[in-house]
Amino acid sequence: MSDTILTPNPSDPILRIEGVYTNIAQYHILQGVDLVVPRGGVTMLLGRNGVGKTTTLRSIIGHWRAHQGQILFDGEDITQLPTPAIARLGIGFVPEDMGIFADLTVEENMVLAAVSGPINSARLDWIFTAFPPLKTFWKSEAGTLSGGQKQMLSIARAMIEERKLYLIDEPTKGLAPAIISTMAKALKDLKDQGSSVLLVEQNFAVARALGDSANVMDDGQMIWSGAMAELGGDAALQERLMGLSMEAH
Amino acid sequence: MIRSVLSGDLPRSVPLTLILGGILICLALAPFLFPGVRTVDTAARICIFIVLVASYDLLLGYGGIVSFAHTMFFGIGAYGVALTSTHMGRGFDAIAIGSLAGATLAAALALLIGLFSLRVRAIFFAMITLAVASAVAVLVSQLSGLTGGEDGLTFKTPRALGPAFKFGQEMFDGRLFGVKLNGKLLAYYFVFIGASVLFLVMLRVVNSPFGRVLQAIRENDFRAESIGYRVVYYRVAATCLSAAIAALAGSLYAVWLRYVGPDTVLSMELMIDILLMVVIGGMGTLYGAMIGATLFVLAQNYLQNLMGAASGLVADLPILPELLSADRWLLWLGVLFILSVYFFPTGVVGRLRGTR
Repeated sequence: MSDTILTPNPSDPILRIEGVYTNIAQYHILQGVDLVVPRGGVTMLLGRNGVGKTTTLRSIIGHWRAHQGQILFDGEDITQLPTPAIARLGIGFVPEDMGIFADLTVEENMVLAAVSGPINSARLDWIFTAFPPLKTFWKSEAGTLSGGQKQMLSIARAMIEERKLYLIDEPTKGLAPAIISTMAKALKDLKDQGSSVLLVEQNFAVARALGDSANVMDDGQMIWSGAMAELGGDAALQERLMGLSMEAH
Repeated sequence: MIRSVLSGDLPRSVPLTLILGGILICLALAPFLFPGVRTVDTAARICIFIVLVASYDLLLGYGGIVSFAHTMFFGIGAYGVALTSTHMGRGFDAIAIGSLAGATLAAALALLIGLFSLRVRAIFFAMITLAVASAVAVLVSQLSGLTGGEDGLTFKTPRALGPAFKFGQEMFDGRLFGVKLNGKLLAYYFVFIGASVLFLVMLRVVNSPFGRVLQAIRENDFRAESIGYRVVYYRVAATCLSAAIAALAGSLYAVWLRYVGPDTVLSMELMIDILLMVVIGGMGTLYGAMIGATLFVLAQNYLQNLMGAASGLVADLPILPELLSADRWLLWLGVLFILSVYFFPTGVVGRLRGTR
């Protein structure tokens, strides 16, 4: 079904998913997903609601188990590894529901997220520049933050250490336009540092601004892979792959 | 200084600070402020239950793990001291060995139960602890040759902790502020200091990076895993630590009572009491254990007297004397619990801190 396959470094991607099937209870959510995330740059994972984008991310981090197929991260088969082991290989995950620890302070959330040791102060300064509210509310309980600030914290937790791959699930969902641009700016910074990001995003403007390559899912399968510029510039293709609703977001 | 003793975990509320300070002063000076066999006994029980309830909160409030085996661990510690004191003879060495052996056995048992059940889901842990605790209670009552069965064991503690031991005769004429300087006084301070040390150790643990990870797991275990923490290891470690501290509290209890029996240290009622104390005081904060245990033990010991007095006051009125009769104290205790859970769903501490 793929029109074109774009793999900038086909020999050495950071993540390669081959024929992954994931069932949740009796539902067959992923039905043979193939995905290649190249080293460096932002890879978009797009598609309508309920097509399996979040499940794909969760299968990578090991929350849901792939029943069939293989997930290779940096050349290593992680399909059956426990979640903490996968995370410690260098994957930063920002879930859709943010998953901040509300009873702990912003500082404690960040300290916990820096699993390999004390927080790197240069990196923290960068995060404070990208998300000033985190500095203001450093000692406050995370539960008292606003929705946008919680999302900033959630992303900052993934960014506090340099990871080989960032999995980010709908970072702009439900946020005010001003905060969306803060988010987009921070993700752009991350991209400019040469990081590899797999990003699920419903906001097409953000996707177009950030994405290098794009992958579109439908019904538990990858139906299109190619350059984000190609998808962004072709309204008919967008309509065919994702329906018209995408532009409205 | 205070901040570092409390591991940076301050009460964060003026009324709470005053109440906790009041409890601390009353307990520290109990033999002098409230001289009397019964009052000092109540104070010692409060000290021990604060530790026991706090160790349960370590599990329930910080780890989000429900266990029904906490009295079993408490009992293991108590029986440990009882058995060594019976077989090795009275002495501090017997107490030390009994406590250590009890704490070690409790931790080992917790490790076993935890590894078997915490890998799956927390609810299995609750069920397995219930089964193991019931089995141990039956075993203790059946192995009467070793444990004294239903009658329990009465044993002797070191002379220095007994009422017959007197000191300070020359200097203070055997009395300080009118209180007899005897072994019972020393036994109280043995319990008080032991309980304080254990409480401060727990405070340190919950405010350490380990404690933070536990809190994170309680809130969102999947998220903690995807950051890179092995949830099962942390849960098992918390279970072992909590079991060992419960056992040490049991050892203190045994030293204080100089008796152990299934009803005093192993019963299901005691388990329910612990749960209530945690909930009343407030989960997820060790200060809640202090308040919960104090309120509960005081109610258990003095509600009956209070009601007797109240029913005397209203003797001429209809129905009221019947309702307030001292025999109905359990009914009123129940009403008090329902009201406290209704009005303080986050416990007394949660309410005083006004967080949620």
